[in-house]
Amino acid sequence: MIRFDGVTKQFPDGTTAVDDLSLTAPTGKITVLVGPSGCGKTTSLRMVNRMIEPTRGGISLDGQDTGRMDAAELRRGIGYVIQHAGLFPHRTVLDNIGTVPRLLGWDKKKVKDRSRELLEVVGLDPKLGNRYPTQLSGGQQQRVGVARALAADPPVMLMDEPFSAVDPIVRDQLQDEFLRLQDELGKTIVFVTHDIDEAIKLGDQVAVLRVGGTLAQVAEPQYLLAHPADDFVADFVGKDRGYRALQFEHAPRLTLHSEPSVVVGETPSSRASWLLVVDDDRTPLGWVEPARVGDRPVASEDLHRGGTVARASGSLRGALDAALSSPARRGVLVDNDGVLVGTVRAHEVLTAIEETERPERDEDDPVHGGAMDVSGERG
Amino acid sequence: MIPSILEWFRDPMTWSGPGGVPTRLLEHLWYTVVTVVIAAAIAVPLGLWVGHTGRARWLVSVANSLRAVPTLGLLFAVSLVVGPYIPGDLAFTAPSIAVLVLLAIPPILAGTYAGIDAVDPSARDAAKGVGMRGRQVLWQVELPNALPLLLSGVKSAMLQVVATATIAAYLGLGGLGRYLIDGLAVSDIGEAAGGALLVGLLAIVLEGVLSLLQRRVVSPGLTGRTARGSQDGDDAPQAEAPADAPVDVRG
Amino acid sequence: MDWFLANWPRVIDLAGSHLYLSGVPLVVGLVLSVPLGWAAVRWRASYPAIITSSGLLYTIPSLALFIVMPLILGTRILDPFNVLAAMTVYTLALLVRTVADGLSAVPDHVEQAATAMGYGGLRRLFGVQLPLAVPVIASGLRVASVSNVSIVSVASLIGVSQLGDLLIDGYQRVIYGELLTGILACVVLALALDRLIVLGARLLTPWQTAGGGAA
Ligand SMILES: Nc1ncnc2c1ncn2[C@@H]1O[C@H](COP(=O)(O)OP(=O)(O)O)[C@@H](O)[C@H]1O
Ligand SMILES: [Mg+2]
Repeated sequence: MIRFDGVTKQFPDGTTAVDDLSLTAPTGKITVLVGPSGCGKTTSLRMVNRMIEPTRGGISLDGQDTGRMDAAELRRGIGYVIQHAGLFPHRTVLDNIGTVPRLLGWDKKKVKDRSRELLEVVGLDPKLGNRYPTQLSGGQQQRVGVARALAADPPVMLMDEPFSAVDPIVRDQLQDEFLRLQDELGKTIVFVTHDIDEAIKLGDQVAVLRVGGTLAQVAEPQYLLAHPADDFVADFVGKDRGYRALQFEHAPRLTLHSEPSVVVGETPSSRASWLLVVDDDRTPLGWVEPARVGDRPVASEDLHRGGTVARASGSLRGALDAALSSPARRGVLVDNDGVLVGTVRAHEVLTAIEETERPERDEDDPVHGGAMDVSGERG
Repeated sequence: MIPSILEWFRDPMTWSGPGGVPTRLLEHLWYTVVTVVIAAAIAVPLGLWVGHTGRARWLVSVANSLRAVPTLGLLFAVSLVVGPYIPGDLAFTAPSIAVLVLLAIPPILAGTYAGIDAVDPSARDAAKGVGMRGRQVLWQVELPNALPLLLSGVKSAMLQVVATATIAAYLGLGGLGRYLIDGLAVSDIGEAAGGALLVGLLAIVLEGVLSLLQRRVVSPGLTGRTARGSQDGDDAPQAEAPADAPVDVRG
Repeated sequence: MDWFLANWPRVIDLAGSHLYLSGVPLVVGLVLSVPLGWAAVRWRASYPAIITSSGLLYTIPSLALFIVMPLILGTRILDPFNVLAAMTVYTLALLVRTVADGLSAVPDHVEQAATAMGYGGLRRLFGVQLPLAVPVIASGLRVASVSNVSIVSVASLIGVSQLGDLLIDGYQRVIYGELLTGILACVVLALALDRLIVLGARLLTPWQTAGGGAA
């Protein structure tokens, strides 16, 4: 658990980057700091590992005041992923990853094995290990940055816009992998981003900062979307926050309809206007209009691929999108293995949405009201 | 002119004895190595310190302004002023070596400082961020990253010393410069030009040796010499940074 | 000081030759280095060859080059032209790399904008690339000028007269005043040339804020 207690940072030139910040990042969870550029996110993050010393207030790590620890020792125990990766240009990828273990005095063989292992953990080809940073793409560099931070298996990770330098598709992929990794590792993470979508996707808890370094609101993402503390937060989380909140509502409450289907390569027997096509494993491939196909077998070219497929165990947002995007107006749902389980109509999803409960608003503390519970005490 | 050079090269006297080419060549090499080593022992730690702490940057400017002083004048002045106080043969060599060291310091100092100064701030930041202490940052990150410019400085210094040692023969210093000065003195063009060719050759060979050394000790990650392998996945590779900017000084 | 007051006409005379021997090669070297540097940038394949050979020329010690010059040019050994040629070689060797670096440092978007507006080959070089490369080229020129003034004094050893004569004469006859005058005159000349280049660069690049000029 990382706890900011009335932390203020004023730079010598008079800029107040962080102003009286109180915040708790719970153990094993991802806390995201989000806000416009220059609002003090990086400064807040760097005060945790004392790359910057607070002017007032204190930060504690599992109850221990970081101000009293040896700064270098503290940093070796905290994984730090730097904006734009910050790799050492003179070291190979493997040597970059092994930096902290080597500082901690591990023996050479152990360092090498661990670095190789991490290359795999972050999804990089082992043969990239002997390359130098300049020979990597931006996305690959970011992965190496994450691997370097993970190398000594620190319980706490600080990540400064680790996915900002890559294009949207790679970013999405990196985010998914990051969440999968966190499921396994359960680190206490403070994650900085200026992208509210990323914050909501990744955060167990999201802290919105405003320029001047004050905390506008800290809450679990669905609470943040439902009850922005003020106009600034409402504006920042965006116009489609109502739709976005659906991603936190689970679909299982939907009743599904069984859907007639045809295996690709077979002749459709139904005369319905749209028929779902699946493969031999019953994974949905797309829709066909039997009237157009006639009496020949369904070929790949006949498929209409416009519809999205949602997981039955996923969110209402996914189910609604599946229904809205389907040419047959029936949203296709699958199980975790991608096998067809049934379809649902848009109005049924909407009914389910109307039955969901919005997180209750805490009238007493609009700023910290929706924050995560930390051992019974509100952070 | 060419026949007289060939004649000088063919003369067996040219190759033997205390005034023979092997002896003179070794002398010249010896002066060069000794001076550059002494100068580096002074300038590298100083440059590292100035670069790492950011203190006393004026030292670099002062050293640089030494470039405006003509080497010939510096040689003569030092040997005139200091020479009489030094007994025996050393009276000729010691002042010359001192001037050579003095001339070799600015390029090494400037190169070392510029090298440290040019280290990517994010790499330095990362070094602190992973928990390196001051010295570890210097040795493990700043120095290796400064090597290309540092060694360019050493290279400039070495060329400077080879050239100035040649001129210092006028003051009685040994080495290949003897052939040039003595040849000029007795209007033996063959000897002077033959010696000149040897000095030029020596400088080029030394330059080559140091360039090879540079290739060996500088991380391939800094030079852009690394093979650009296939890019599997993700986006385009980052642009490479130029590693070997020039630090030019000579006299 | 006394020595200078007694001999100033000779000092001025020698300073004139010194300026001639170090300044003319500076101009000639600059003029020659532009096409070479441009070629190195224009045809990337030629870059290593051009840069390496100019670096190699710079490696040759001055006294050696002075003495070998007649061999290459077919001149007499005492001919001042040897010194002019040798100094031009050094200037060229230093500037080719600077010009190439300066030209390739012009931001890509500027160059593309110029091309898009219809600037072609040579007009783009003189209209856009060269002016923007002026600060870099000027800094190279400053290094070359200081180094030239120092090297030219060595020419006294081969009997070509300039301020170096004062150094040798002062040393041989142990006249401290003469030696010191020679050194100071060289320093003053070097600084004056340096200022001149800084000033010239500033006049050529009015868009650079005053004081923020050359490095
Ligand atoms: N070393 C510094 N000196 C002075 N001001 C700084 C320094 N570092 C950051 N700032 C200022 O503090 C504010 C917050 O910066 P930062 O934490 O980097 O913002 P963010 O990461 O949210 O974009 C900005 O106004 C920035 O200009
Ligand atoms: Mg930031």
